[in-house]
Amino acid sequence: MSYFLRKIGFYAVALWAALTLNFAIPRMLPGNPVDILLAKLQQRGGQITPETRKAYALLLGGDDTQPLWRQYFDYLGNLFQGDLGVSVSYYPAPVSEVIGQSLPWTVILVGLATVIAAVLGVALGAFVGWKPGTWLDSLIPATTLLAAVPYFWLALLLTYLLARVLGWFPLQGGYDVVLTPGWNAEFIGSAIQYGFLPALTIVLASIGGWLLGMRNMMVSTLSEDYILTAEAKGLSPRKILRSYASRNAVLPSVAGFAISLGFVVSGSVITEQVFSYPGIGGRLLGAVSNNDYALMQGLFLFITLAVLGANLVVDLLYGLIDPRTRARS
Amino acid sequence: MTNLKPTSEPSVADSAELLAETSVETGRKPRAGWRMLVPTMTPWLAIGLGLIAAITLFGLIGPLFVGDPRTIRDMGLTPPSGEFWLGTTQTGQDVLAQLAYATRGSLQIGVIVGLLATALSAFFGIYGAYRGRVVDEGFSLFTNVFLVIPGLPLVIVISGFVPAESRGLWTIAIVLAVTSWAGSARVLRAQTLSVRNRDYVAASQVSGERPWRVIVVEILPNLLPVIASQFVFAVISAILGEAGLSFIGLGASNSSTLGTMLFYAQNGFALSLGAWWWFVPPGLIIALFGMGLSLVNFSIDEIINPKLKNLRLHRKRARRAARLERELAQASRRNGVPSQQAKPNQDKEIAR
Repeated sequence: MSYFLRKIGFYAVALWAALTLNFAIPRMLPGNPVDILLAKLQQRGGQITPETRKAYALLLGGDDTQPLWRQYFDYLGNLFQGDLGVSVSYYPAPVSEVIGQSLPWTVILVGLATVIAAVLGVALGAFVGWKPGTWLDSLIPATTLLAAVPYFWLALLLTYLLARVLGWFPLQGGYDVVLTPGWNAEFIGSAIQYGFLPALTIVLASIGGWLLGMRNMMVSTLSEDYILTAEAKGLSPRKILRSYASRNAVLPSVAGFAISLGFVVSGSVITEQVFSYPGIGGRLLGAVSNNDYALMQGLFLFITLAVLGANLVVDLLYGLIDPRTRARS
Repeated sequence: MTNLKPTSEPSVADSAELLAETSVETGRKPRAGWRMLVPTMTPWLAIGLGLIAAITLFGLIGPLFVGDPRTIRDMGLTPPSGEFWLGTTQTGQDVLAQLAYATRGSLQIGVIVGLLATALSAFFGIYGAYRGRVVDEGFSLFTNVFLVIPGLPLVIVISGFVPAESRGLWTIAIVLAVTSWAGSARVLRAQTLSVRNRDYVAASQVSGERPWRVIVVEILPNLLPVIASQFVFAVISAILGEAGLSFIGLGASNSSTLGTMLFYAQNGFALSLGAWWWFVPPGLIIALFGMGLSLVNFSIDEIINPKLKNLRLHRKRARRAARLERELAQASRRNGVPSQQAKPNQDKEIAR
């Protein structure tokens, strides 16, 4: 049980660190975001009351009337009420609403693509690592090219080849704009068609890492004594591969899921930009170019929260599938 | 940014023993100590070093031979030709000249960030693990927190707050270094923990050596391959990270890197105008340079994790055995000697 408590404790600390970082960044850096933001708000026809000013000052700093610790607690209080301010670029929608609209796009795209890449990569890695020394295995170093390709460049290349030259897929967007979003077959079909290229980009760019990690662990696992024992017992190679070797070799890949997820999310932020995908990443960049600091802060918090949450789930699952981690702590 | 990650977990300190075992098996003399720290030349390593050398040379010397990358001509978007090997941009600028300067810019930021990030990770990883107890717990928690906070969104938010005019090369370098050291620190910590408890480290401590001397003289040499591998990894992710930032227009304001080239290509509608010569080369250079560095990392991995090296030696021996068997079979067919007689001789050959 203490393993689970420790993990939950760690993620609580990480969450606190992220919130604090979010509080500290605008206060530590040069520039006066509050004034820029309020000027923009006024341009859009927003009413600037002293309360609005105070709310933004809490979020971004610049309020001199209160001591810093007081600002900090008010900021945390606002966050726990779900109050992230009003978005300037989507005025008058509150930040939480803008996030809510773009969230499903990213979660489905990145989630599906990551799961596909992980499953394919681990399966291929186990297969290649099982018979080390074959011609397939000697091709492994070539996969580093895939892993070193910048996500957004791969996106550009795929768009050029598959969308522009061959015309199989639409160039950009999340769905056909003539359709209204909803749960009908036509819209979902369009969303799949538009989402295919971004998903393919993420899968191609991230599969190499999974493959390589699994293959290397497989090679290490194969020289363990229990594999020799299993062979000596006369078990069939398939059974050894499935029940003995890959099960043990996959553990670091599961543990590494946490770190990979951070990278995938980072990569997909820029990929979304290439495809003008209506997800979180596109919104974040839009917020940056519009100086929409409140939306920027909100999105950063949200992305961090999502990554932390996913990691917590993976870590808890890891404790279940590998009893040794529980015993050790 | 990237999902290249250091894959091998075993300790470097084990490698000497394991390699000694291998050399007993192969019947060769174990190699000298310092040679353990130098990767064996394999075709893949040669390709990697070749790629790195070619691209570095292009970045260093290339700008001397090409014209001014900013010269505007009235011949926008011409495909590659004899005069302009890689064609021109929308405003008639020479893509090759831009590429040379951009490669230099990207390499520069890669090396700066690589050094900064490695220094940070060495401090938090090695020093924390060496001191142990509270310091280790604190540093380790700090590292893990930095590891789970997604790097690029953080970098984007920080760059978004810094006004464009004060966003220089060093600002970007420091921001990238601060967000990318954590992974390496964790690997270095694990390695240090295993080296720290060796007898010779204890002996050095008991004889009254100061902590920094124990770390530098006794522990650091064992960690060199790991640090080298982490440095290589840091350079790749820095180049990729900077390219990503510049591509979305948040890079250093006065620099020209491969990422800014792609930014201008994207904003100049290179994609919809079909100007592949404008956006393909910058990304290709990043990918090839990253591949070169990863291939070097592959060879360093073999030093850290000798099981991977044994695998290659095993493969080599298997190939030689197969070749000998083939030759013997051919020889016996030619001479009409029954293959049974050739057998003992062949066994000796394989054993060697």
